[in-house]
Amino acid sequence: MKEIFVLTEHRQGEIRDVTFELLSCGAKLASRMEGHLTAVLLGSEVKKFVDPLKSWADQVLVIEDAKLKNFNADAYQKVLASLLQKFMPFITLISQSGFGMDLAPSLAVERNLPLVTDCYQIEVENGSLVANRQMYNGKINARVRTTDADGYLFTVRPASFASEKMEMRAEVVVLDSPLKEEIAYRTFVDYVEAAVGAVDITQADIVIGVGRGIKEKENLSVAEDLAKSLGGVLACSRPVVDAGWLTKDRQVGSSGKTIKPKLYVALGISGAFQHVSGLKGTETLVAINKDPNAPIFGEADYGIVGDLFKVVPALSAKINELKAV
Amino acid sequence: MDIIVCIKRVPETAEADVKIDASGRNIVQEGLVFNINETDNYALEEALLIKEKAGGTVSLLTMGSKESDDTLRMGLAKGADTAIRVSDPTFIESDGIATARILASVVQSMSYDLILTGCMASDDGYGQVGPALAEFLQIPHATMVTKVELRDGFAQVSRELEGGLLEVLNIRLPAVLAVQTGINEPRYASIMGIAKASKKEILLKGLQDLPLQADDVGRKGSKTWIEAIRKPVQEKMAEIIPGTPEEAAATLSVLLKERGLA
Repeated sequence: MKEIFVLTEHRQGEIRDVTFELLSCGAKLASRMEGHLTAVLLGSEVKKFVDPLKSWADQVLVIEDAKLKNFNADAYQKVLASLLQKFMPFITLISQSGFGMDLAPSLAVERNLPLVTDCYQIEVENGSLVANRQMYNGKINARVRTTDADGYLFTVRPASFASEKMEMRAEVVVLDSPLKEEIAYRTFVDYVEAAVGAVDITQADIVIGVGRGIKEKENLSVAEDLAKSLGGVLACSRPVVDAGWLTKDRQVGSSGKTIKPKLYVALGISGAFQHVSGLKGTETLVAINKDPNAPIFGEADYGIVGDLFKVVPALSAKINELKAV
Repeated sequence: MDIIVCIKRVPETAEADVKIDASGRNIVQEGLVFNINETDNYALEEALLIKEKAGGTVSLLTMGSKESDDTLRMGLAKGADTAIRVSDPTFIESDGIATARILASVVQSMSYDLILTGCMASDDGYGQVGPALAEFLQIPHATMVTKVELRDGFAQVSRELEGGLLEVLNIRLPAVLAVQTGINEPRYASIMGIAKASKKEILLKGLQDLPLQADDVGRKGSKTWIEAIRKPVQEKMAEIIPGTPEEAAATLSVLLKERGLA
């Protein structure tokens, strides 16, 4: 039996959805290699999470320690390193999240294990593993191989695997924490929620999203005019917030808001995974972009390949005309 | 405050047509514009801001070919004090962790209070070098950093989590902070700065200058390697509306109207 570890990700009293995606990924791998799937649950007062995990794995491994209350990459690394040493799992899956990205690389170095980050698919081919991941802003997919090792570490991109509910009955194993003392060199202070702005983009039916292609802050008026014509609100991808042209509460994506509008019009947005993941559930997606290879066209229902500064004013004018009829 | 900034020269691919070369394992570099990796540029700016406030030095470190000297010079032009480039034929195909091992071997012989780098390179997207470097150096790290406030012997940093949530933590120095975009507004180099930087020396180091063996670096020193790359097959493709901008806009407006969206 090959052991497969999945690290349970939880924050502020809730298991994060990505955990179940990882468990679904782990179950697929387990079925390909006679694996034994273990959900690793670390934290303080996390027994309440055991029940929801039970049907998703063969085993739930629990370590409770007040020193694991809030995510701390160093504390988690110490505990996981000791678990990996003890149980020698063949595969360990961690989320490619703010949590996993802080943890996995240093854990891989400590345990001297191959690490492939941000995988959207992991295959078993003739007994060896092949990880698939994106490079170059999503324009290239790579097949990544690993050298032979006793164990492998992967971080998995959120939303790559559907959570497929399973009917397993996990055995629950509670272990003592290997942490002897608080991690003094890295201490948690607080979580800070994003500021709430005047417009709640998550409540709008029609959202106009602007990206890097808008080029200048002054050009936002082009998008604002379209928003006005359509009765929608303005949102954006990350580069627009980074440039200070719109505030953080307007950002759609994994580090911003998740929206489900009836219509989303993406203007000059390439369609990076981080942005698109905030758009799942959009009913009609329209993309206007000058790059015919932009990944956004793979997500959109309708597309116009062209200069947004020509297309969008024409579109606003046409819509105004139609409304006047 | 002596700061080391690890940077990387990468092709700008967000809006470019990316082609695969004959090996099937790399992209065609010809025709692409190369520049400092975006998050590294923010890391560099953060280092310069700290230096301006607290004094000290900013040292640049990169691993890469001769062309990376341009990236280092741009950093020097903005206000960095020194630059080191590590390069060796044996470094080719180093994965994220092997790259961190090489950088760590250089940093070990330097004195520093803080190491800054970008949280992810836009070419490979590994996001490994910062935290792996910290582990090799046995110092703390934080990734996805969007705010740094220096205190006495430690830094209070904000990390970006999902959904706009920030994690605030205190981290003892020296530490590696892997910086996320948006933490500051990166400056442009001045003409004067560029002129000065063109005369500065870039220190070059190869394998023989580092406490490493050939087996520690490159493909041999890496546990992961790229077997093949390909263009993603779009499972779904938008219906592309043809015509001039005016024609396409007219078609789209009617389409939206029909669906009750306009």
